[in-house]
Amino acid sequence: MTDRSPEVDPHSGVETTGHEWDGIKELNNPLPRWWRFIFWGTVVFSIVYWVLMPAWPALPGMQGHTRGVWEQSDRVDVATTVSAARAERSALGSQLMARDAADILKDHELSQLALSLGESAFGDNCATCHGAGGRGAKGYPQLADDVWLWGGSLSDIEYTIRNGIRNGAAEARFSEMPAFGRDGFLPQDQISDLVEYVTALSRRSADPAAVARAAPVFQQQCSSCHGVTGLGDRTKGAPNLTDADWLYGGDRATIRRTIFGPRNGVMPAWSSRFDDATIRALAVYVHSLGGGE
Amino acid sequence: MAAESLRTARLDPSSAAVGIVLLVVLVLGFAGAANATDVGFAAHSWMFLIAAAAGLAALLGWHEAGDKTPTFDKAFYEEGVVKAGIVATMFWGVAGFLVGLIIALQLTWPNIFYFPELPWTNFGRLRPLHTSAVIFAFGGNALIATSFYVVQRTCRTRLAGGMWAWFVFWGYQLFIAVAATGYLMGVTQGKEYAEPEWYADLWLTVVWVAYLAVFLATILRRKEPHIYVANWFYLAFIVTIAMLHIVNNISLPASLAGGKSYSVFSGVQSALIQWWYGHNAVGFFLTAGFLAMMYYFIPKRVERPVWSYRLSIVHFWSLIFIYIWAGPHHLHYTALPQWAQTLGMTFSIMLWMPSWGGMINGLMTLSGAWDKLRTDPVVRMLVVSVAFYGMATFEGPLMSVREVNALSHYTDWGIGHVHSGALGWVGFVTFGSMYCLTQWVWKRPKLYSNSLVEWHFWIATLGIVLYIASMWVSGIMEGLMWRAYNDFGFLEYSFVETVSAKHISYIIRALGGGLFLLGALIMIYNLVRTARGDVPVEDRNRAPAAPTLQHAE
Amino acid sequence: MAAKQGWLLRNHKFFERHSYILLVGILITVAIGGLIEIAPLFYLKNTIEKVEGVRPYTPLELAGQNIYLREGCYVCHSQMIRPLRDEVERYGHYSLAAESMYDHPFQWGSKRTGPDLARVGGKYSDEWHKQHLVDPRSLVPESIMPPYAFLSSQPLDFAGIRRDMSTLRVAGVPYTDAMIDRATDDVLAQAGGEYDVEAMKSDYGAIAGRDGTVLIRDFDGAPGEPSEMDALIAYLQVLGTMVDFSTYEAEDLSNKR
Ligand code: HEC
Ligand code: HEC
Ligand code: HEC
Ligand code: HEM
Ligand code: HEM
Ligand SMILES: [Ca+2]
Ligand SMILES: [Ca+2]
Ligand SMILES: [Cu+2]
Repeated sequence: MTDRSPEVDPHSGVETTGHEWDGIKELNNPLPRWWRFIFWGTVVFSIVYWVLMPAWPALPGMQGHTRGVWEQSDRVDVATTVSAARAERSALGSQLMARDAADILKDHELSQLALSLGESAFGDNCATCHGAGGRGAKGYPQLADDVWLWGGSLSDIEYTIRNGIRNGAAEARFSEMPAFGRDGFLPQDQISDLVEYVTALSRRSADPAAVARAAPVFQQQCSSCHGVTGLGDRTKGAPNLTDADWLYGGDRATIRRTIFGPRNGVMPAWSSRFDDATIRALAVYVHSLGGGE
Repeated sequence: MAAESLRTARLDPSSAAVGIVLLVVLVLGFAGAANATDVGFAAHSWMFLIAAAAGLAALLGWHEAGDKTPTFDKAFYEEGVVKAGIVATMFWGVAGFLVGLIIALQLTWPNIFYFPELPWTNFGRLRPLHTSAVIFAFGGNALIATSFYVVQRTCRTRLAGGMWAWFVFWGYQLFIAVAATGYLMGVTQGKEYAEPEWYADLWLTVVWVAYLAVFLATILRRKEPHIYVANWFYLAFIVTIAMLHIVNNISLPASLAGGKSYSVFSGVQSALIQWWYGHNAVGFFLTAGFLAMMYYFIPKRVERPVWSYRLSIVHFWSLIFIYIWAGPHHLHYTALPQWAQTLGMTFSIMLWMPSWGGMINGLMTLSGAWDKLRTDPVVRMLVVSVAFYGMATFEGPLMSVREVNALSHYTDWGIGHVHSGALGWVGFVTFGSMYCLTQWVWKRPKLYSNSLVEWHFWIATLGIVLYIASMWVSGIMEGLMWRAYNDFGFLEYSFVETVSAKHISYIIRALGGGLFLLGALIMIYNLVRTARGDVPVEDRNRAPAAPTLQHAE
Repeated sequence: MAAKQGWLLRNHKFFERHSYILLVGILITVAIGGLIEIAPLFYLKNTIEKVEGVRPYTPLELAGQNIYLREGCYVCHSQMIRPLRDEVERYGHYSLAAESMYDHPFQWGSKRTGPDLARVGGKYSDEWHKQHLVDPRSLVPESIMPPYAFLSSQPLDFAGIRRDMSTLRVAGVPYTDAMIDRATDDVLAQAGGEYDVEAMKSDYGAIAGRDGTVLIRDFDGAPGEPSEMDALIAYLQVLGTMVDFSTYEAEDLSNKR
C-alpha cells in the first residue's frame, strides 16, 4: 500500500491519517458532537417545515406540489390582511364621503384620521411632483397656498385628484392654451408686446408703449381664458396673471416661452390607483395644506 | 533541411495548439471588426484581434528563445504564471476597490460624483464593473494563481499542459478586459454577475475548459497517491462554475455581428436560473474556491496538520450538495412559486453546519500554534478571514428565513452581508495567501515588512467594521421604515424619507471602503519591496524545485 | 468510533485516489438540486398564472427595455412587488409571474436603492419622467438617482429592431410576421409620427386579449426622430399596466402557489 502508516501528533495526541502533501498532514479528529447535533437539528427542522408548508414539486408528467398541512399561501395571506385594513378604512371612507369639508374639519377625530391617510398617500405619490408638503415645483403647482388653478373647494380638489388634468382620459380636466408662437398664431413682435402686457398685469414696471399695443391683442386672444382683467378662469384652469404666483415663473423669458408654446402640464388620474376613501382623504389633506376653500 | 530546422525548433505541441486557437481568434476578430453592426462589438472585435496578434507574437518570440531556456521542464515547478497571477490579483483588486469607493461616494454625494453627460460614469454601469472586478478579476485571479501553485505542490508535479496555463491566464485577463470595457460602453445582458455579452461568455467557456483541463491533468499525473482536500474544493469550484456559467448564459445573439443577445429564458424561469447561478457563484466561486485556499495556506503557514480529515470529507460533500439548492432564497415572496422558496429556505438552513465545518477545520488547525496569531500578522489575517466566513455563513441562513428576508431583502442589509463575506472572508483570505505566495515564489525568508502587514491588518479591519456596521444600521432601518405604520394604520414614511435617512450610513460606508483600499495599497508596496529583493533570497529556498519533486512511493 | 473512522478512510479513498471518479461524483452531487428545483418550473402548469392582458412589448417599448438594461436601472430598481401588506399599499397589486413572461431576461432586481417600478406605468406624466431622468434632484431634492441627460440628445438606434424581435420569437415571444415586418414603422408611429397606428393597436390588443395598453404619443415632447428618451419613457409608462386584474382570481387554487 502507498499510505504511510499513521503516526500520533505529539501536540494533541491525536493520530494522523498517514497522508502528507507538501508537508501538510491531517489529524483524524472526530466530527464535533455539537456540530453533528446542530446539523441533524436543521435537517429535522426542514422536514417538519416541508410537512407544514408548500414544498415538493410533482414529478414530470404530473401536476402540482405538496401544499403542506398548513396550506399556507402568501397571496391568500396578503389578501386577508389588506382587505381587513380596507374594511377598517371603508368605515372611515363612508364617513368622509357623507360629510362636507367644513363638517369633516370640525370633527377632530375624523379629520385627524383623514389627514393621516392623506399625508401617507401624498408622500409617495404626489410629493414627487408637488414637492414635500405641497411646496410645489416649477410646472407643478404649489398646493400649500391659496391660489388655485382649478378650484380649491374640497370637491374641486377631489375631482382633480380623481381624474387628473390633460391626461387623455375623457373625465380629466382639460383645456389647452394654444401655442401662439410655435403654431404661428401671433407674430414675434406681438408676442414681445404681450410679454410686457403680462408683466404689467402683475403690477411690475413694463414698457408702456408695448403694453398699449398689446391690450387689444390680449382681449382678443387671451381674455377668453385668462379673463378680461387677467384674473384667470378656473373652469379652464387658466392661471391668474395678476398675482405674484407663477406656475412656471414670472420673468420675461419664461413668460415669452409660455406664450410661444405653453407646456400644458399633465397630472395623472388616481381613481384606478386609490380607493374612494384614500382619494377623499387626499383631498382633505391637500385642502388643509394651505388655502382650501 | 526543413525537417532538420523543424526538429531543432522543437515545436512544443501545447504552444502549437495555443497558436492555432489564437489564429482562430485572430480570424474571428477580423471578421467581427469588418462586419460589426455596433460600436461595442467593433471595439471588442478589435480587442480580440489585437490580443490574439500579441499572443501569437509572444509565442513566436518565446519560441525563438526556446532553444536556450529549457521550457516546461518537468523537474521544475511552473512559477511564472503564479507570479503573473499575484500581480493581476493585486492590480484588479485595487481597481475593483476603487470603483467600489467611487460608487459608494456617488450614493453619498450625488451632486459631486455624477456627470449627466457622461453615460459611462453612471452608477448603473459602474456597479457591475465593481462587482465583476472584485469577484471575477480580483477573486478569479487569486483562485487561478493559488490553484496553480497549490495543485503543483500537493501533487508534487509540474503544472500539466505547458503553454495552456499561460493561455488560461492571459485568456482570462482578456475576458476581464472585454467585460469591463463592455460595462462602461453599456454592453450588458443585464443579469447580475453574468452581465458580459454572448461572445465574452463563449470566450470564457473556452478559457474555463482549458483551466479545467490543465488542473485535472496535473492531478492526473500527481506523484501522491491521494488527492489533497484543497484540490477537491478547487475541482468542485472549477467544474460547477462551468456548469452554472453555461446554463445561465444560454442566449440567442440577435446578430452574429452585433453585441446584443436575448436570454432564452424569461420571467420566472429566468429568475430562478439566474439565482441558481448567482447563489452558487457565491457557493463555488467565493466559497469553495477560497476554502481551497484556506486548506492550503493555513496549515502551511502555521505548520500544523489539518484538524480533522473526517470533517473535511463530511463538510465537503454536504456543502456542495446543499449549496445548489439554496438559490431561491434570493426570490422569497416573489412570483416564484412558494414551494421553491421553501426548498431554498430549508436548504439554506441546512447549509449552516456544512459551512461552519470549514470554519472549524480552519480555526482548529491552529491548535498548538495559537501564539502565531501574535507573532505572524499574516496568520492573523488568515484566521480573521475564517472568522468572517463563519459570521457571513451564520448571517446567510438567518437571512434565508422567509420572515427575516421579508425585512432584509432589497435593503442595505444584503449589502452588509455581501461585504462581510467579500471584504472579511474573500478579501482577507486572499491577502493572507498573497503575502505567503509572494514570499514563497520569490523565495524570500520573510516579507519586506511585518509591521506594514500589521498596519494593513488593522486599517482594513477597521474599514470592514465601519462598512458592515453602517450597512446593518441602514439596512435594518430602511427595512423597518418601509413597513412602518403610523397610529392610524397608514404607511408612516415615504420612500425618499428612507433615502435621506441613510445618508450618514453612506458616509461611514465610504470611509470604511476607503480604509480597505488604503490597506490594499500598503500591501502592494510591501509585496513589491519583497519581490524586488529588498529582502535577501533565502538560501534554503534558492535551490530549484526539483529535489522536492519525487516519485510517488 | 474506530470502526467509523475506518469506514470513512476506507471508502473515501475511492474519490481521493481517482480524479475522474471525484470529478463525476462532484458533477452528480451538484446537478441534483438544480434539476429538482428548475425543471418543474417548465412543466408545472401553475407556474404562470392565467390572466388576460399580458402582451409582448411593442418595438418602441422593447427598445426602451434595452436602454433600461444598458443603463443598469435594475441595479437600483426592482420590478417585483411582494405580497406583503406594506408593499401592496405602497406600490400596488403584487406582481404576477405572468407579468414578466416576455422579459428576456427577467427584471425583478435584487436591491431597492430606488422605489419599485413594477407599476410605475401611468403614475407620472411623460414630461415628469423626462425631467426626472435628465435631473432627478430638480424634482426630488433628496434623490440619489443618477442623471441621464444624454438620453434626450441621442437618437434611438432601431435599425436592428426587426432582428431583435425575430430573435425573441425564437425564444418564445409570440410576435407575428406582421408585427415584425411593420416594426420600424411601429417605432415611428408609436412615438407620435404620422403613421398608421391602428394595425399596431389591434395586433397587440389581440395577443393581450385587451385593448388600450398601447400608448401612442410623442413621449419626450420633442417631435421628429424618436430619441432614446422616447423609448425609455414608453417602456416605463407600460410597466404594470397590462394585466386586467378583474380577470385575476386570487383565491383560485392554481394561483395559490
Ligand atoms: C406627474 C406629476 C403629478 C403628480 C404625481 C401629481 N400631480 Fe397634481 N398636478 C400636476 C400638474 C402638472 C398640475 C397642474 C396642471 C395644470 O397646469 O393645470 C397638478 C395640479 C394639481 C391640483 C390642482 C391645483 C390647482 O391649483 O387647482 C391638485 C389639487 C393636485 N394636483 C393634487 C395632487 C395630488 C393629491 C396628487 C397625488 C395623489 C398629485 N396631484 C399628483 C402634476 C402632478
Ligand atoms: C384656451 C385657454 C387659454 C388661452 C386662450 C390662453 N391661455 Fe394662457 N394659460 C392657459 C392655461 C390652461 C394655462 C396653464 C398651463 C399649464 O398648466 O401648463 C396658461 C398659462 C399661462 C401663463 C403661465 C402662468 C404661470 O403661472 O406660469 C401665461 C403667462 C399665460 N398663460 C399667458 C397667456 C397669454 C398672454 C395668452 C394670449 C396670447 C394666453 N395665455 C391665452 C389657458 C389659456
Ligand atoms: C443610484 C441608484 C439609481 C439608479 C441607477 C436609477 N435610479 Fe431611479 N430612482 C432612484 C432613487 C433613489 C429614486 C427615488 C427618488 C426619486 O424619485 O428620484 C428613484 C426614482 C425613480 C423613479 C420614480 C419612481 C416612483 O414611483 O416615484 C423612476 C420612474 C426611476 N427612478 C427610473 C429610473 C430609470 C429608468 C433608471 C435607469 C435609466 C433609473 N431610475 C436608475 C435611484 C436610482
Ligand atoms: C451559508 C451560507 C450563506 C447563505 C445561506 C447566504 C444567504 C444569503 C441570503 C439569504 C442573501 C440575501 C438574498 C436577498 O434577500 O436578496 C444573500 C445575499 C448574498 N450573499 Fe450570502 N449567504 C451565505 C454566505 C455567503 C458568503 C460566504 C458570501 C460571500 C463571500 C455571500 C455573498 C452574498 C452575495 C454577493 C449576496 C448578494 C446577492 C445579490 O443580491 O446581488 N454569501 N446570501
Ligand atoms: C473598497 C472596498 C469596497 C467598497 C467601497 C465597495 C462598495 C460597494 C458598493 C457601494 C456597492 C453597491 C451597493 C448598493 O447598490 O447599494 C457594492 C456592491 C457589491 N460589492 Fe462591493 N465594495 C468593496 C469591495 C468589495 C469586494 C472586495 C467584493 C467581493 C469580493 C465586493 C462585492 C460586492 C458585491 C457582490 C456587490 C453587489 C451586492 C448585491 O447586489 O447585493 N465589494 N460594493
Ligand atoms: Ca453573460
Ligand atoms: Ca420625440
Ligand atoms: Cu445566496
